[in-house]
Formats: sequence, structure tokens, C-alpha cells
Amino acid sequence: MITRLEDRELKRQSRRQLLKLAPVAVLGVFAFPKISDRLVAAGVRFSDWASAELFRSQHRAQTFADSEVVPFAKFPYNGYDVLDPEVDLEKWTLMVEGDVQRPGEYTLAQVQALPKISQNTRHVCVEGWDVVGSFGGARVSDFLKLVGANTGARFVEVECADDYYESIDMATALHPQSLMCYEMYGAPLDRMHGAPLRLQMPTKLGYKQAKYLTVVRVTNVLKPGKTGYWEDQGYSWFGGL
Amino acid sequence: MFMSNEEQNQEEQHEENRDKAPPSKPDPVNESCTVEVTAVKVEAAGEPVLAEPVAKAKEPELIRAAYEHPLPIRLTHWVNAISLFVMITSGLRIFRAFPTFGPKIPEKVLLDIPKSITLGGWLGGALQWHFTFMWFFVASGVFYLAYQVCSGHYRTVLFTPRDVPGVWPMVRHYFFFAPKPPAAGQYNPLQKLAYTSSVAFGALSLLTGIVLYKPAQFSWLAFLFGGFHLTRIWHFAAMCGFLAFIPGHLIMVLLHGWSNFFSMLSGWKREPEYQE
Repeated sequence: MITRLEDRELKRQSRRQLLKLAPVAVLGVFAFPKISDRLVAAGVRFSDWASAELFRSQHRAQTFADSEVVPFAKFPYNGYDVLDPEVDLEKWTLMVEGDVQRPGEYTLAQVQALPKISQNTRHVCVEGWDVVGSFGGARVSDFLKLVGANTGARFVEVECADDYYESIDMATALHPQSLMCYEMYGAPLDRMHGAPLRLQMPTKLGYKQAKYLTVVRVTNVLKPGKTGYWEDQGYSWFGGL
Repeated sequence: MFMSNEEQNQEEQHEENRDKAPPSKPDPVNESCTVEVTAVKVEAAGEPVLAEPVAKAKEPELIRAAYEHPLPIRLTHWVNAISLFVMITSGLRIFRAFPTFGPKIPEKVLLDIPKSITLGGWLGGALQWHFTFMWFFVASGVFYLAYQVCSGHYRTVLFTPRDVPGVWPMVRHYFFFAPKPPAAGQYNPLQKLAYTSSVAFGALSLLTGIVLYKPAQFSWLAFLFGGFHLTRIWHFAAMCGFLAFIPGHLIMVLLHGWSNFFSMLSGWKREPEYQE
């Protein structure tokens, strides 16, 4: 729509309209690293909150036929400091602590006595690669029942033989596809993939799937700076898929 | 052009300060016109002139102008421009962590993105930027579309089948120095195509982004795009669409000068090149 107006009036209108754009300048604070570091960390916390809201506790991640699983040799493994923390598999026990009725040490046999779930699911790495693997183990939810965990608590924390540590939300821990995994491709978990016991949750990114588990803790409080090895450096804590 | 505009602005500001003595706000165009006319009259009266120029002064020179970009469009344009810059530069940093679409084993680097053009410093930092600005990007996009649809303003810019015949003449004009086809509305068919497809790239990057972010929760959407693995390619392709659009857009803005660029800041375009 073309109008005709005086030069002076056009300038006045232009100036007035230009000023209305001022709020956009607020985004300029992102140009200052000290401020932006905190803002983008807050952005991730907000995204994590939205992710937790979006999480459907009974919605299953896609499962695959045996023919779609990549060969075991092509299933990558990431170590964070050592590829094999040399866990003494004979003496290994899992320490259970926190908000549980039956804390203490649990053996692999006790975990294996729980109903076994075998599933072919996608493992997605935060880097962007993904791979379909075959996993076997007991449901985390069954294990939590075994130890008498208060499933009304908010978090499940784990510690690992290689000093890795992680924590997950209770909703994901109780998800039917979340496993205390002791088998891959039908064979006992090998030393590269976290023997004897690891987490395997197809609704979480790879860095949440802690290997070489030694401690499981049910808790309502996560210590700041101790929420997960990578999370403490800036990765999303929820890390959900 | 820029200079002269500024000079005029300053000059004009002095003038306005002088005029601001009466507290009443002369908002409507007509009212301020009268003010101007009187001012001119006084000036004219100071000079020993004949009747003819005085008659001219009664009709102050009017400038053709168009209020092209309403505030919601300008706001979302700039929020979107900033978000897109962050999304692309941080996205390239994320891509650097696994710069291929093939398998992890064996991993072959498809594209070595230089660190200097990326944002975030490392994968985790880039993800933080990406996961923060995705909200700005989506908010500005959704608000833009809602405004365009509700206001009916979309008719000026939406590419429709009727615009198809007009695309080639514009391409010939821009790239092969053919004469410029007569301008019908605010945007020519090639512009409509570019702007409409940029919205499509935005929609594609949002939908594929949702799949990459939450492939399990949005498994139906992942299925539509052919699964997680393929979706990563679509997401990258959407960015390539933007990378094709942005340089062309910026070159055109440069070629069309200050008044055209300034209209995306102030909304008003002085002496638009089209009629109607």
C-alpha cells in the first residue's frame, strides 16, 4: 500500500517504528561470554525441563528385528579414561544405597534371577551416530522392586568402577525398556562394554548408559557438580531421546 | 545515501525540538502537514517573492512511501536472523563431532568444518547454544506464521502456482541481464519463491530437529522422515537450504541499497519501486 506523506512525517514515523525494535537488542547480551555461558546453561536446563514433561513413561522406543542389528564388531564403545577398568568379575558386587528398604551388596546372580528382557534397540550417541544393538538384562524397575526402593524418590544415581558417575530421573528408571544390562548379542557383557553390569536405556543418550556399575543409590537430592561426568561439563542432564 | 539520511535526521530533530513547544501531540499525518505548511509559509513570507511560489508552498512536497513491514514481521525477522546464525554455527560445531552420515565404524570424515566458523568451542558448548536458541528460533517462526495467517499479510509473500510463470523472467533479469519485468506487488515471483522456501527450510529444520532431539518420544515423526539416521541428513539439508538462501538474500539487500534495508528496521520504505 503506497501512501504519500511529507518527508518530515515519514522520518518521524520511521524513527518511531525503529524504536519499537529495541527489545531485540536484549539478545545482544549473548555477545558477552561471561553472561552467555550462564544463559545457555539455563537454556539447557529449560530444555531438560521440557524434555522431562514430554517424556511418556510407557511409550516404548522403536525395537528392531535381529536382521537389522549391526554386527557386534561394529558396535562402538567409548571409554572415558580407561577402556577396561579391570573389574574383578569373581568378587564383584553391586552396592545399593539411599532410599531403599534393603540396602547392601547384591550379586550378579541376584540381578540375573530377575525376569530377563532381551531387546534390539537403537543406541544414540550425543555426537550424532546411532547403532542398533542387541541387549539383555533385568528391568531397572524390577531391580528397584527387589531392593525395596522408594520409587517416589526423584533420582537414581550410579557410580562406576572407572570413576564415571551418572544419575537419571525416576520416570526413566521405571521405563519398561530400561535395563540393568548384563548381556550383549546373547553373550555376557564383555570388558569393553561395561562388564559385568551396565545401564541400557533406549530412551536416553549414550553417555547416560553408565558401564561397570558398582553403586546404585536412590535419592531425592543430586549434589551440584556431581550429577554426571559429562553433565557436569555442560551436557544436558536429562539426555532423553 | 546513508550519510544524507542521517544528516537530514539530525536537522529534522532540531526542527522537531523547536516545534515541540505545544504539548499537544500532532499524531495524524494531516495535522503535522499543517504545521509544516505554516512553517514553509513563514519562510516564504520572509523572502520577497511573487504569488506563484506561495501557491506552491501550500502543497508541500509529498513522498511516495509504503509501510512494508509491520512490527511483528520486523521483530521476528531479526530474532530469526540472530537465531539462525547461532543455530547454523553451533550446528556445524555439533556436526564436527561426527562429520559424516555413514556408520561410526569405520568413520570417514565427509566434511571437515573449520573450527573458526563454528560456535560453542566444543560439542557440549555448541549443544548448549543450539538447545537455547532453538526456542527463539521456534518462537519467532511460529509467531511469524501466526501473524502472517491471521493478518492476511501472507498474500504479499506466499509463493503460489500463479507466480510460477514470473520466476524465469526474474532469473533472466538477475543472472542474464535481461530487462526487469514490471513489478506488480511488494515482492516479485522470485522473491516469493525464496521467502516461501526459506519458511519451508525452517519448518523442515524444526521437524527434523524434533526427531533428532526426541526420536523415541516422536517415533511417528521419525518414521515419516525414514528413521533417525536419515533424519540427520534431512536436518543437514535444511541448513543447506538456508545456506543457499542467505547469501542471495544478503547480496540482494546490498544491491538494493539503504532504503530497502532500512525498511526492515523501520517498516517504512521510501520511494518503493513498485506502483499501486
